Amino acid sequence: MSYKFDAIIIGAGSVGVPSALALARDGIKTLVIDNTPSAGQGQNKKAIGGIRATHTAPAKIHLCLDSIKIFSTWEEKYGDDIEWFQGGYTFIAYNEEHEQFMQDNLVIQKKAGLEIDWVDKERIQDLVPGIVARDLRGGTLSSKDGNASPLKSIYAFYRQSVVEGAEYRFKEKVTSIITESGFAKGVKTDKGVYEADTVINIAGAGAKAVGKMVGIDLPVYPDSHESGISEPVKKFIDPLVVDLRPGTGTNNFYFYQNQEGKFILCLTPEPIIPGTNEMETSAFLPQVAERIVQLIPRTKHLKMRRTWRGLYPMSPDGSPIVGKIKELEGYINAVGMCGQGYMLGPGLGELISRLVQDKLTEKDERTLKEMSMYRDFGKVEKLR
Amino acid sequence: MNLKDQRRIIDHPILTEQEYKLVNFKFEGKKYQAKENEMLSSALIANGIQIFGFHAKDNAPQGIFCANGQCAQCTVLVNGVPVKSCMTPTKEGMIVEQVQGIPSLPEDDSELQSGKIPIYETDVLIIGGGPAGLQAALTLAQYKTNIILIDDKDHLGGKLLLQTHKFFGSVEDSYAGTRGNDIAKKLEKEVEEYKNIDVWLSSPAIAVYNDKLVGVLKEEEYVLVKPRKLLIATGAREKMLSFPGNTLPGVYGAGAFQTLVNRDLVKSSEKIFLIGGGNVGLITGYHAIQAGIEVVGLVEALPECGGYKVHEDKLRRLGVPIYTRHTILAAHGKNHVDSITIAQIDENFKPIQGTEKIFAVDTVLIAIGLDPVNEFHLKAQEFEMDVWAAGDALEIAEASSAMFNGKIAGMEIAINLGLVEEEIPVEWKEKSRILKSHPGPVIERKCQIEKVGVHPIIHCNQEIPCNPCTTVCSEGLINIKGGGLLGLPQYEGCENLVTYTSSCIGCGQCVAVCPGLAITLVDYRKSENTPRVTLPAEIYNKKIEKGEILTVVDEDGNELGDFEVYGSRILARHPKTQLVTFELPADIATKAISFKVQKTIEKAIEEQYEEIIPDEAIICRCERVTAGEIRSYIHKGIKDMNELKSITKVGMGACGGKTCTKLIERIFREEGVPQEEVTTFVQRPLFVEVPLKYFLGTKEE
Repeated sequence: MSYKFDAIIIGAGSVGVPSALALARDGIKTLVIDNTPSAGQGQNKKAIGGIRATHTAPAKIHLCLDSIKIFSTWEEKYGDDIEWFQGGYTFIAYNEEHEQFMQDNLVIQKKAGLEIDWVDKERIQDLVPGIVARDLRGGTLSSKDGNASPLKSIYAFYRQSVVEGAEYRFKEKVTSIITESGFAKGVKTDKGVYEADTVINIAGAGAKAVGKMVGIDLPVYPDSHESGISEPVKKFIDPLVVDLRPGTGTNNFYFYQNQEGKFILCLTPEPIIPGTNEMETSAFLPQVAERIVQLIPRTKHLKMRRTWRGLYPMSPDGSPIVGKIKELEGYINAVGMCGQGYMLGPGLGELISRLVQDKLTEKDERTLKEMSMYRDFGKVEKLR
Repeated sequence: MNLKDQRRIIDHPILTEQEYKLVNFKFEGKKYQAKENEMLSSALIANGIQIFGFHAKDNAPQGIFCANGQCAQCTVLVNGVPVKSCMTPTKEGMIVEQVQGIPSLPEDDSELQSGKIPIYETDVLIIGGGPAGLQAALTLAQYKTNIILIDDKDHLGGKLLLQTHKFFGSVEDSYAGTRGNDIAKKLEKEVEEYKNIDVWLSSPAIAVYNDKLVGVLKEEEYVLVKPRKLLIATGAREKMLSFPGNTLPGVYGAGAFQTLVNRDLVKSSEKIFLIGGGNVGLITGYHAIQAGIEVVGLVEALPECGGYKVHEDKLRRLGVPIYTRHTILAAHGKNHVDSITIAQIDENFKPIQGTEKIFAVDTVLIAIGLDPVNEFHLKAQEFEMDVWAAGDALEIAEASSAMFNGKIAGMEIAINLGLVEEEIPVEWKEKSRILKSHPGPVIERKCQIEKVGVHPIIHCNQEIPCNPCTTVCSEGLINIKGGGLLGLPQYEGCENLVTYTSSCIGCGQCVAVCPGLAITLVDYRKSENTPRVTLPAEIYNKKIEKGEILTVVDEDGNELGDFEVYGSRILARHPKTQLVTFELPADIATKAISFKVQKTIEKAIEEQYEEIIPDEAIICRCERVTAGEIRSYIHKGIKDMNELKSITKVGMGACGGKTCTKLIERIFREEGVPQEEVTTFVQRPLFVEVPLKYFLGTKEE
C-alpha cells in the first residue's frame, strides 16, 4: 500500500520536527519518518539546550536569530512551557589572544545584526558569581541568546506540528529513496512505501547514509561530545558561559545553569573523537570537573547527576549543508548541523518551508548560498 | 534529648547494642544527641524527627524511603551541603537542616587542585558485599586470584545484617538454621582471612564506563577499577506501590524498616501496617514484634500469602491479623502517616465498595516484592565487559539461594580465568534450582504418636527448601522423605507408628534450630494426661519464668487457653531461642505451638472513608509526577517512556528512575498497552549523585 504526501522528512529530530511544523502550517502535507520510537530520540535529547545567535557565519547568525524569535515567543503563542530563559551567552577571556579573537569577531557579528558587546571583568564577575578573577580580562555578552529544554521544546513542536496536520511514522527505517527520471518521488521504508514530490534529508548523524541513497557523498562526519547534568541548586548564574581555553584533553568548556537550577556541562574533547560511538567514557567526568571547579571553585560541592554522550554531525567548515542538489530534483538536504541543530532548527524549519514552496527571500538566497553543498569548505566558522 | 529517652530499641531478644560514643548535633537549631557514626537518618528518627525536608515542586514533606543510599528522599543539609542522611555518618557538631525547596550552593570559593585519578587493576571486581558477593569472593579466593570486593556500607554482609531470624535453606551450603546477622559475621571473618581479597567498605560503585572501567567512590576518593572479570552482586531494591499518600513520611519499604530497626536499633514506629504477604512482609512483621512494635495488620492481595507458611503462621500466632484479598487504598496524614484505609478486592483486584476499613498507624511498610539492582549489569553487558551477576542482582530469591549462586558465580569466574580445570558440578545447578524454588502447596498431614515417651511434633506442612531439623537429631529420627532439600521433614515415630519404638531423647535441638519455629516437643513420660509440651520462643528479651501465664495457640493462631509456664531453658547452640515448657491437657498437646504476644486485635477506627482518586498517587518521587499525569499522556498515545520523561521529567530525578520505572510499566499494562510496544528508559551513569570535587582526583584538605 502506498501513501501520498507533498513532502517527506527523514528524521524527527531538532531540525526535522520544526521543519514539519513550518511545512504543515503552510499547508504542505508532510510526513516525518524516523527509526526511533518518538520525536527527538536521536541527538535532540543529547543537546544541552543552549541557543545562541553568537556565531561568525552570517547565515547561522540569521537562522539563529529567527530561532530565538520562535523559542522566546513559544509559550506566549502556544502555551507550552519549554523552559526558555533569555540569560544570554558570555564568552570569557583569560588571555590577550582570546580577547583579540573575540574583539575581531564582534565586528562581523555586529554587522550581521547581532546584539553583542565586550564587557569588563567586573561585569563578568557579576554575571558569574564565584568565577576565578585571576587573569580574567572580560568577555563578550550577547544578552538576547538563551537556553531552553530540548526535551520539552521538541515535544511542543511535535504536538503543534501534529495539530497542523503533519504525520509521523516512528520505528520505521528508510531503506531507499524512490526516484524517477531525475526526480525524487518518495521513500521506501522497512514497513511501507510513501510517495512525495519533495524528500528532505534531515537525518542528523545518519544524513550521510541517506545521501548515499541518492548517490551523493555528503561531507558529514559525526564526532562525539559528552555532557553532564547536576542536581538543581538555587539559580545564581544566568548566561551560558563559554571558556575557549584548552585544558587537559579538552579544547574548550561551556556550561549553563538551567531554569530548574541544574548545571549542564559540556566540552569539546581534544583530540576530537570521530565516529558514532555514544557510550559513556570514564574520561569525561574528571575533565569536566577540573574545568568547572577550577573556573568556579564553589561548584566542588555540586553533585553530578548524570552524563551522556552525543554526536556532532560535523561539516568540514562548521556550517550546515542546506539546500537542493543538482543531481536530483525534489531532494533537499538539511544536514551537517555541527551540534547546533537544536538552536538552528526552528529558524531553519521556516527557511525549508519557504524553499519547498519556492518563496525564498533575497536574504534566504544568500543564506542558502552560504550553506550550499557546492560551496568552498575552506572558510571555517570560528565559533563552531 | 538523652539517648535513653529516644526512640531506641534497648531490649531486643536477638540483637545486642554495640558500644558507642555519644555526639551532639543540631537540627533546625535544636540540640540533639546521637551515637557517633550511626547514619544520620537513624539519629534523626531516634530523636523523633521524621520530616527531613519539603519538596521544591509542591512542598510535600519528605522522609526516609529506601534507607539504602539509592533514592534521595532523605536528603538534609549538613553544614549547608545537601547530603543523603541515610549514607552520612553522624559526627560531633554537625549542623543539620531540613531541605526546603532548592538548596543554595554554599559560597565556598576555596580553590582545589586537580590530581590524578588512580586506576586499580584486578582480576576480579565484586560489587556488593552481601550474601552473593561474599560467597563468590570466598570461592574465588581459594585460587590464586586478586579480588577487590566493594560495598557502599560500612560493614560487609549486605541485607544479611538485617535478618534476625534463622535461615532456611541447606545447612551444608547456606548456613540454614543460623541467623542472617550471624551468617554475615561468619562470612566477614572468613573474608578477612584471605590476603587476596581487598575489601573496600563505604565505597559505592557509581558507574560503569564504555572503556571497561568501573568508577568507585573509594572511601571518599574517586578511583577507577579495571577488572579482568566483573561480578555484580548488588542485590535488590524494593518495589513500590501506587496509592494516594504513597510518599508521605512513614510510608516506606520493609527493607528500609529492617535497616532502621535491626541494623540501627531505632524504634522507628509504634504501630505499623504491612502491605504484602510474601516472605519479606511476613518476616518484617515478625521483626517488628521482636522490636516491640505493634503490627496492626497485614494485607495481601491474593487469596493466600505468597511467603512460607511457617512465616505466616509465626505471625498469626503472635496475634497479627492477616487480611488476604485486601489492598491498601490510601495512606492519610498531613506531614506524616496517621492512618491507612484498606479494602477487600474482587477477583479482578478491584476494591469492593463498602468494605473499606481505616486503621490508625504511624507507619505503612510496602513489601510487595523486590526488583534486581541490575543497572550495573546491564551497562557492563552493553559495554561488552566480562561480567557475571549473582544473587538478587540476577534473580530475586532467598538469601540462601544468593549465597549458593554467589558460590557458583565465583566458580564460573575461576573457570573462566583458567584457574580451575573442572566444570561446575551438575548437582550444584540442581541445588541452585531447588534453593530458588517457591513454596509448594500446603499438605494436610496428621501425625499420630504413641502417648508414651517423648516426641517432636513437626508443624511444617509445606515444601520449602530447608533442612536444619534433619541435621541436628542425634538419633537420626527426622528425615526428609526421599532425601533432598524440598520434601517435608518427617519424624520416624509419626510415620511408622506400628513398628516404631520411641528413641527420641527429648534434647530439644530440633525445636531450637527450626527457622520456622514449627517444631514442638511433647513429653508423656511424666503424665499421659498432662504431657509436658516444649515450644520455641524468640520474642522476649527476658527469660520466661516458671509460673508466668501465657495464651497458648495452635498453628493458625487459634487460642487454646491460658496456661502456666512450667519452665524454660536455653540450649548452648541456640542462645537466643528459649524453649518454654507447659503442662498441657493431652487433647491440645500436639496442637500447641506458640503463645500470643499481641493479645488484642486493633479495631478499625470509626470513620467514613472518603474516596481519593488513585490518580493522585505519586509515581516519580523525585520529580513528584502523579499517576494521573502519566495516564493522561498514555491516553494521548505515548508509548516511549523516554518521551514521557521529556514531557513530565519522570525518571529524571536524583534516583534516575529506580522506583518509578516499574510503576510506569505497570500503568502501561493497566491501560492495555502491550509490553512489547513500550520503550523503556535509557539508563545512563551515574547511578548515584556524586559531588564534583571527587572527580578532581584529590582528597579535600
